[in-house]
Amino acid sequence: MEHHLRTPVPEGEIRKLRMGDIVYLTGIVITARDEAHLKVLELHEMGERPPVDFEGAGIFHCGPIMKREGDVWRVVAAGPTTSARMEIFQDKFIEAFRPAIVIGKGGMGSRTAEACGEYGCVYGAFTGGAALLAARRIKRVREVYWLEELGMPECLWVLEVEDFGPMIVTIDTHGNNMTEDVRRRVSTRKDEILASLGGS
Amino acid sequence: MELEKIVEDTAVELLRIAATELNQAYVEEMTEALEGTEGAIGRAQLRNILENVRIAREQSLPMCQDTGIVAFMVKLGDGFPLRSGLKKILIRATRRATEEIPLRPNAVDMFKGNTGDNVGLNGHVPILYFDLVEGDRLELVAMPKGGGSTNVAAQRMLKPGLGLKGVKEFIVEAVAEAGSLGCPPYFVGVGIGGGEGMCMNLAKKALLRPFKVRNPDSNVAEMEGELLEKLNELGIGAMGLGEGPTALDLHIEMAARHPASLPVGVVLSCWALRHARATITSDGEVKIEENS
Repeated sequence: MEHHLRTPVPEGEIRKLRMGDIVYLTGIVITARDEAHLKVLELHEMGERPPVDFEGAGIFHCGPIMKREGDVWRVVAAGPTTSARMEIFQDKFIEAFRPAIVIGKGGMGSRTAEACGEYGCVYGAFTGGAALLAARRIKRVREVYWLEELGMPECLWVLEVEDFGPMIVTIDTHGNNMTEDVRRRVSTRKDEILASLGGS
Repeated sequence: MELEKIVEDTAVELLRIAATELNQAYVEEMTEALEGTEGAIGRAQLRNILENVRIAREQSLPMCQDTGIVAFMVKLGDGFPLRSGLKKILIRATRRATEEIPLRPNAVDMFKGNTGDNVGLNGHVPILYFDLVEGDRLELVAMPKGGGSTNVAAQRMLKPGLGLKGVKEFIVEAVAEAGSLGCPPYFVGVGIGGGEGMCMNLAKKALLRPFKVRNPDSNVAEMEGELLEKLNELGIGAMGLGEGPTALDLHIEMAARHPASLPVGVVLSCWALRHARATITSDGEVKIEENS
């Protein structure tokens, strides 16, 4: 099923999504990779608020290429990065900041899936490397935070997007995780293949 | 124009071509794979990749935001006038390409942060591979490589008693382990023998052998064919979503090994295997290979 959502996405809308659904998102998407996750969680632990509100928005595992033209930032290329690196703290992030969709590539693990079920969040897989398709759906750079401190790939870019997608829901709020399903199937086939290999 | 400037301009141009134009043979292979893929999810991934590649070429923009850590493979002819100065030229070219194409700054100093220009530290990045060859030409290959697929590389010092079967098992295991993480469908480079470092260099260079061209040694060629078939049976699929091709090609390069060692390196590339090649004569004549 195909869904067109607008941020802030109400939790009820997110809980309607099912693994394998296709999602397009309009509204606010914020890039955050390893260092941005660490930094916002540090702030949260100290009781401080990060410079931007993630609630109901899309969190995009992405380190874009941006170009400054006068006072305006232009998005050159902005595809997803490997989400698995964020598995170590994504659950805490979801609990603390309640984003609606975590966007990335390569899927995520059971800790994230559990947090998605508990707090009403999904994982949307965007085609890895399709950086120009993604850039076309980004209409404007609204803000940038921590650019000097973290550098272009790692800082927080607040993006206005229109029909950002297509994303495949691989983790829904009902305990499904497509990445884990494929991984299990691959593992079974691997054992069969290893048993069939020739040579000495 | 001075030869130094010609080499620098060529290196910048190669980085631009590599970042923005995907080899046509890969495009054709994925187009064919799209026709042969039944599932809607796998088809969507391949369609997105192909559409993205088309935009990149049309608008001369990087096909992926991860423009990689920059590497050059250099074959330096005996009669080519530039020697150690080449390193400085290639570093200058990397800085310029970062600005002009633009490339994402991807060189991180662990103490001081991102260097901002894809260069650092101590002359190690861009990564330069030098080879001395006969003749008076310089051959230059730009090969920027993204972090996602670089992270799923694997190396193991196998017990020689495990033999070729053990080598094959390790390769299948390495790709299964990589799964969705490195943006499949993959190109797989394998290096066997030589030593702990050389097997990885061989594996990386194996990726550059022309598409679908098998190793001239028929034993190795047969092993390549067998492994490519087996890897596709794994069913990882495009973007690891279980549908479409897992591996587009597989190349093996071999060196002799120490009697007590069996080093194996597996280097994977995402679908965006980026490279561009040029030769430059001592007179400064440049020939950039189409779809090298």
